Amino acid sequence: MSLEALLTILGMAAVTYGIRAAGMLLADRLPTQGFVASWMKHVPGAVLAALVAPAVLAVAPGRSLAEAFLPAETVAAVAVTLIYVGTRNLFAAMAGGVLVVFAMRMWLGA
Amino acid sequence: MDRPVSSARSQFWLGVTLFIPVAISIASYGVVWGVLAGQKGMSVLEVLLMSGLVFAGSSQFVALDSWTPGSLPIVAIVAATAIVNLRMLLMSATLRPLLAGVSRPRAFAAVFFVSDEQWAMTMAEMRKGGGSVAFLVGTGVLSWLNWVSSTLLGRVVGAFIDDPVKYGLDFAFTATFIALLLGMWKGRTDIVPWLVGALAALLTASVIEGKWYIIFGGIVGSLAGALADQWRARHVA
Repeated sequence: MSLEALLTILGMAAVTYGIRAAGMLLADRLPTQGFVASWMKHVPGAVLAALVAPAVLAVAPGRSLAEAFLPAETVAAVAVTLIYVGTRNLFAAMAGGVLVVFAMRMWLGA
Repeated sequence: MDRPVSSARSQFWLGVTLFIPVAISIASYGVVWGVLAGQKGMSVLEVLLMSGLVFAGSSQFVALDSWTPGSLPIVAIVAATAIVNLRMLLMSATLRPLLAGVSRPRAFAAVFFVSDEQWAMTMAEMRKGGGSVAFLVGTGVLSWLNWVSSTLLGRVVGAFIDDPVKYGLDFAFTATFIALLLGMWKGRTDIVPWLVGALAALLTASVIEGKWYIIFGGIVGSLAGALADQWRARHVA
C-alpha cells in the first residue's frame, strides 16, 4: 500500500471519528436552533446535490453546455428518481439506474 | 410498545437482531462500493482499512469518486469526508443521554458506531422508552462486520468484471447519491440548499478541474439554505 493511500485513509478515519466523539463531548454546547444549527442541517443535502449535478451534466473547464449533455446519465437519473420515490429502496434505485445506462450505451451508443 | 428494562447483554442482541434486515440492504451497496473500489485501483488491504477504520458509507463513495492512485488529492478527500460526515456531530449529540450513563472509555468506544442507520434505530428505541449504549453497540458491531465483509466481497468479485463502464457500473455512484439525496427530503425548505448547491457545483466544475465542486457546492448550498430559513422565519412567521 502506498504512503499517500495510507495517509488518506488515516486522515478520513481521524476526522470521522473526531466528529463522532465531538458530538458527544459538545452535546450541551451545540446550537439546536438559529443560523448555525440550520446551516449544519442543510450540509448533507447540499453536498449530495453538488455531487450529483456535475455527474448528470458532464461540465468541465472549456466545455460548452451542449457538449456537457449526457443522454444516458440524464435519462438514468430520472429513472433512479422515479424508482426511489416509488419503492424507497436504495438498491432497487441504484440497480435500475445502472441498467438504464447499460442499455442506452449498448443499444444507442449514448 | 414497551420493552422491559433488560441487561446489557440482551440489549446488545436485541440491537443485532433488529438490525438484520437493514444489514442486508447495506450489504448490497457495500458490494457495489467494493466493485467500484477495485475499478479505481484500491487494493484489498486498502479496502479493508478504509471500511474498517472510516466505516461511513456515503463518505467512502465520495472518496472513491476522487481516488486517483499516484496523485491522490489527500487534503480534498479528507475535507470532503469531514463535510459529508458532519451530520454525525448532531447524531452523537442526540445520543448523549444514553452515552452519559456508561463509563468514559465505553462511551468513546460506542460513538465509533454512530452512523445513519444505527443512530436512527437507536433513536427509535429511545422514543419507545428503550434504547441503550449496548443496543447501539449491537447494531454497530453487526453493521461493521457486514460493511467490512460486503465491501471486501465486492472488491474480490469485482476483479472478474472486465470493463465496468461497459456495464454502466460507473453510474452506480451517481445513482446511489441521487437515492441518498431523495431519502433526505424533509420538505420545501430543502429546495433552496439543493438547487443552489447543484448550481454552485456546476459553475465550479466548469471553471476548476478536480473535485473541488463537491466542497464548494456543499458549503454555498448549505449556507443558502440557512439564509433562506432565516429569511422565512423573519418574514413569514
